[in-house]
Amino acid sequence: MQAVGVMAPGQSTMIPRVLIGVAVALTLLIVVAPLVYIFSRAFAEGWQVYAANLMHPATVHAIWLTSVVALIVVPLNIAFGIAAAWAVARFRFWGRGLLVTAIEIPFSISPIIAGICYLLLYGRQGILGPWLQANDLQVMFALPGIVLVTMFVTAPFVAREVLPLMQAQGSEQEEAAVTLGASGWQIFTRVTLPNIRWALLYGAVLCTARAVGEFGGVSVVSGNIRGQTNTLPLHVELLFNDLNATGAFAAASVLTLLALVVLVVKTVLETRRGV
Amino acid sequence: MTSAAAPIRAKRVLPGFTLSLGTTLLYITVIILIPVLALILKGAEIGPARFWAIVSSPRAVAAFQVTLIAAAIATVFNALYGLLMAWVLVRYEFPGKRILDALMDVPFALPTAVAGLSLTALFSSNGWIGAWLEPQGISVVYTIWGIALAMAFTSVPFVVRTVQPVLEDLDPGYEQAARTLGASEATIFTRVVFPQILPAWLAGCTIAFARSLGEFGAIVFIAGNLPFQTEIAALLAFIRLEEFDYNGAAAIALVLLFFALVLLLVSNRLQAWAARHRGA
Repeated sequence: MQAVGVMAPGQSTMIPRVLIGVAVALTLLIVVAPLVYIFSRAFAEGWQVYAANLMHPATVHAIWLTSVVALIVVPLNIAFGIAAAWAVARFRFWGRGLLVTAIEIPFSISPIIAGICYLLLYGRQGILGPWLQANDLQVMFALPGIVLVTMFVTAPFVAREVLPLMQAQGSEQEEAAVTLGASGWQIFTRVTLPNIRWALLYGAVLCTARAVGEFGGVSVVSGNIRGQTNTLPLHVELLFNDLNATGAFAAASVLTLLALVVLVVKTVLETRRGV
Repeated sequence: MTSAAAPIRAKRVLPGFTLSLGTTLLYITVIILIPVLALILKGAEIGPARFWAIVSSPRAVAAFQVTLIAAAIATVFNALYGLLMAWVLVRYEFPGKRILDALMDVPFALPTAVAGLSLTALFSSNGWIGAWLEPQGISVVYTIWGIALAMAFTSVPFVVRTVQPVLEDLDPGYEQAARTLGASEATIFTRVVFPQILPAWLAGCTIAFARSLGEFGAIVFIAGNLPFQTEIAALLAFIRLEEFDYNGAAAIALVLLFFALVLLLVSNRLQAWAARHRGA
């Protein structure tokens, strides 16, 4: 040990060790243990039971429905995110700040409130209820309702990633393309898209994770009809309430795997964007 | 708005203004604004007297209390745990640091229902942690502590990810100056570092608190959902819907919406303060 200098070495190695130790211990307890426990319980009765749980028609249907919802919502969210970023980052107009705030609204509203909003609008007693019934249109307790609420909840995801990047990059390159006679579509695909691709992908990945995992909002508007409007997160709850814990954990393990994939993609993209 | 936009339009170089703004406004109006307006209209339709009767009913008051207390516990925990994580991730180098950093995103990526399911089983009497806590007389599942645990899990990244960038950008000069003047590490933290990250830390805690108030998925599993004891406000609104009491659901939802908007305002102010702090 060196003589006590400016930095008191003994003290400065003790404190970091204790802090890192506490941080790691708490994270193991609160974050890692739940993650590992999902797989431990899903496989508690062996591989065959796990496979049988996943192959159960109700679970297969839930996986299918959740995929359909994500396949509808994510492309729409990408289109919206690009449109919003293009409008806000490339033009000046009255109410621009207000628009950005409006895009962020879903972040601060609990999904369960979003679900209630939709039910009050499209439900049987809702504002549009009588008209929907007269025209025999079913929005609530059906796929359209689930898609709409998921669109609400995920609205800011792509826009929030792409917008700051487009603002930081400025519009010189696109303006140069205009003077060279490029069409709007050419500018977008040849200039803008290559510049924003990683942010776009990142936003789309986060949007997918959120769309697949949405629970509160969807549980209000889906009606939990087994084999019809039961998404995968709702199916987890259903199995749990049926006291089929292993089945619930098997269904949850699919969502957990997806979350882990999202984390890996996120980490890879962050390194890539950092360079 | 068209008349105001017309003179500027001539100066626009890039194409796609009408298309992009039109798409954006359509999406925001149909998906976000009209549904929120439907809730507000429903609230207005109830009338102040009935609204107050619903919101001040003993069961609703109990639900608001449980939600606020649990969210406060979760936020105090996350204020400390989140600050510790941000500090450790920015200031120290150690093996596995990148994994630890990535793990802080698990609560964002993991569906809340999955988190709720796993935490419930983990802390119940036959789970890994519950089996060890129960004999000590500590029950987590089906108590307010369970609710707070679920809230803490889902909202901790907000504190970490708000404080982390500010801590990274901190000018090391002040700390070095304090150190050469003989200040202890504790003094340096409380007098030099902490005041600089305070606005961001408070903003992160506010967002975490707001998120906790609205959390639903993780909590319904672990709470036991007993009226007057472990029933949160969001769940009571959900129950009112299932009873087709749309007024009851709308009134409770409006109160939660009000809380959310106030907290959003507070966190925006705090973040503006934090930005000024960093700029100075």
